[in-house]
Amino acid sequence: MLKTASVLELIGVTKRFTAPDGVSALTAIERVSLEVRAGEFVAVVGPSGCGKSTILNLVAGLDRPSEGRILLNSIPVEGPNPTVGFMLQKDLLLPWRKIVHNVEFGLEARAISRAERRERALRELQRCRLQDFAESYPYQLSGGMRQRAALARTLAIEPAIVLLDEPFSALDAQTKLILQKSFARTIASSAITTLLITHDLMEAVIMSDRILVMSERPGQIIEEIPVDLPDRDDPMARISAARAREYVDHLLASLHLQEKAA
Amino acid sequence: MSASEVTAAVERTNTLAAEPVARAAPPAQPAMPDHPAPAPAAGLASPTSILLGSLGFGILFLLAWQFLPPALGVPSYIIPTVTDLAREFGRMVQRENLMVHVVSTVTIASAGFVIGSLLGAALGYVLGMSVFIEKVLSPYILGLQIAPKVAFAPLFIMWLGYNAWPKLVVTILVVFFPILVNVLQSMKTVDRDLINLARAYSMSRMQIFWKIEVPASMPALMAGLRIGATLAVIGVTVGELVGGNTGLGYLITFGEGQANTAMVFNAIVLLTLVGIVLYAVVAAIEARVLHYIPRAMR
Repeated sequence: MLKTASVLELIGVTKRFTAPDGVSALTAIERVSLEVRAGEFVAVVGPSGCGKSTILNLVAGLDRPSEGRILLNSIPVEGPNPTVGFMLQKDLLLPWRKIVHNVEFGLEARAISRAERRERALRELQRCRLQDFAESYPYQLSGGMRQRAALARTLAIEPAIVLLDEPFSALDAQTKLILQKSFARTIASSAITTLLITHDLMEAVIMSDRILVMSERPGQIIEEIPVDLPDRDDPMARISAARAREYVDHLLASLHLQEKAA
Repeated sequence: MSASEVTAAVERTNTLAAEPVARAAPPAQPAMPDHPAPAPAAGLASPTSILLGSLGFGILFLLAWQFLPPALGVPSYIIPTVTDLAREFGRMVQRENLMVHVVSTVTIASAGFVIGSLLGAALGYVLGMSVFIEKVLSPYILGLQIAPKVAFAPLFIMWLGYNAWPKLVVTILVVFFPILVNVLQSMKTVDRDLINLARAYSMSRMQIFWKIEVPASMPALMAGLRIGATLAVIGVTVGELVGGNTGLGYLITFGEGQANTAMVFNAIVLLTLVGIVLYAVVAAIEARVLHYIPRAMR
């Protein structure tokens, strides 16, 4: 792959949490190093409790690493950062705001005019194919549409990188497929740099360029798998490719899931 | 419970109460079915037949009140009949300056409700913003919350005299706590992820407060206001019972002194109506403020 500038770099990052008793510490992730290059879609998979979400909080600047460095466009992350967009399993739409005002939310901390804010929000809704629901309230939308609205809100701030923390895991199987395709299309067409955190192995395979496998706590990256499949913008095409199955089998083996089930 | 349902129910009782003697249903009871408006479930009657049923029950109740006590030999100074109450009502309007008393009670109840709500909500938000102050004050708040506020009424009379102030202060005090507690509770339970989202967007503490915490607390605030609306009437009534020479609560003690049972009954009915109107106003405001919550979930 062509070597492009790295947008996100984690260099030997360790995060320890102090237990409620104040003495014992819990190491969530240990010496994690990873890199996401411009326009790349990287997926992180691992068992539950391996510190996937800790990585997200660190990159978003909501939490500080105990050791190591985090660089965003070569600048150290010191706190909440307007160039990071993140999305969770919950859509986090504000129920009292119309969809368009929800999309504007991330822009309200910035010094831009009301008119421009609205214009950008409407543009993002268009990109996420939700323009007809700008004036609706969240409760009037389906779960999949709400997640798309959340993506529009995330993209509206024009982030250097988008962090997706299991954004599809609360959806039913079919909605999930449709939404994965919708997200992949939007992300590929705008060449958005993305870090996806997921426990769904197939999702990692069909959506990403590269998969990082994490161990159980304390989370460490134990394997890096480049996904050499076409159609990154169309997960539905990838899902039926025979080689996608091979990648999933490989991941199953790396995570020792067969042994655990036995 | 759906706000509009309650409004509808209150309106229903209001139409029922064209004759001021009609027994008004206590609005705060959660006895109202929680179904969304069109209830297709089997076994549930249509809204019209429910309305007719309620009206029929009310008429039956009034008829029983009118004819049963005399038939059983209960004298009218123990249980006055409905027509006695209506006659006494007319006399109260003409001879006792009833409207002055009603206006006084309504004014103090409303003013106490508004001031108590504002103070309660304001302190709730302040305490919600500062974990330290909240923890320092929480045992005292709990103590005051448990203390029977209406018992302070005689104290306020001794301090403030036989005028409108003690009544107002009791009302404020009674309304204050449920609203404070509701707002504080909602501030403590705002979704952490929403706050983190706002933080990730580099929002300031005040922006988080105004854009997330205040709107997120609205359902709890509205629930507190509903409780406060019913308590306001209790507060003003106790204030008027204990001291002063105006208001419906005063008419109760005055009527008692004259062994005028009908006057006491009439004052109680009017106080209930004041409470219902106050509650209906709050319910209407709530329906507007919380319009974004789908009906069935409210």
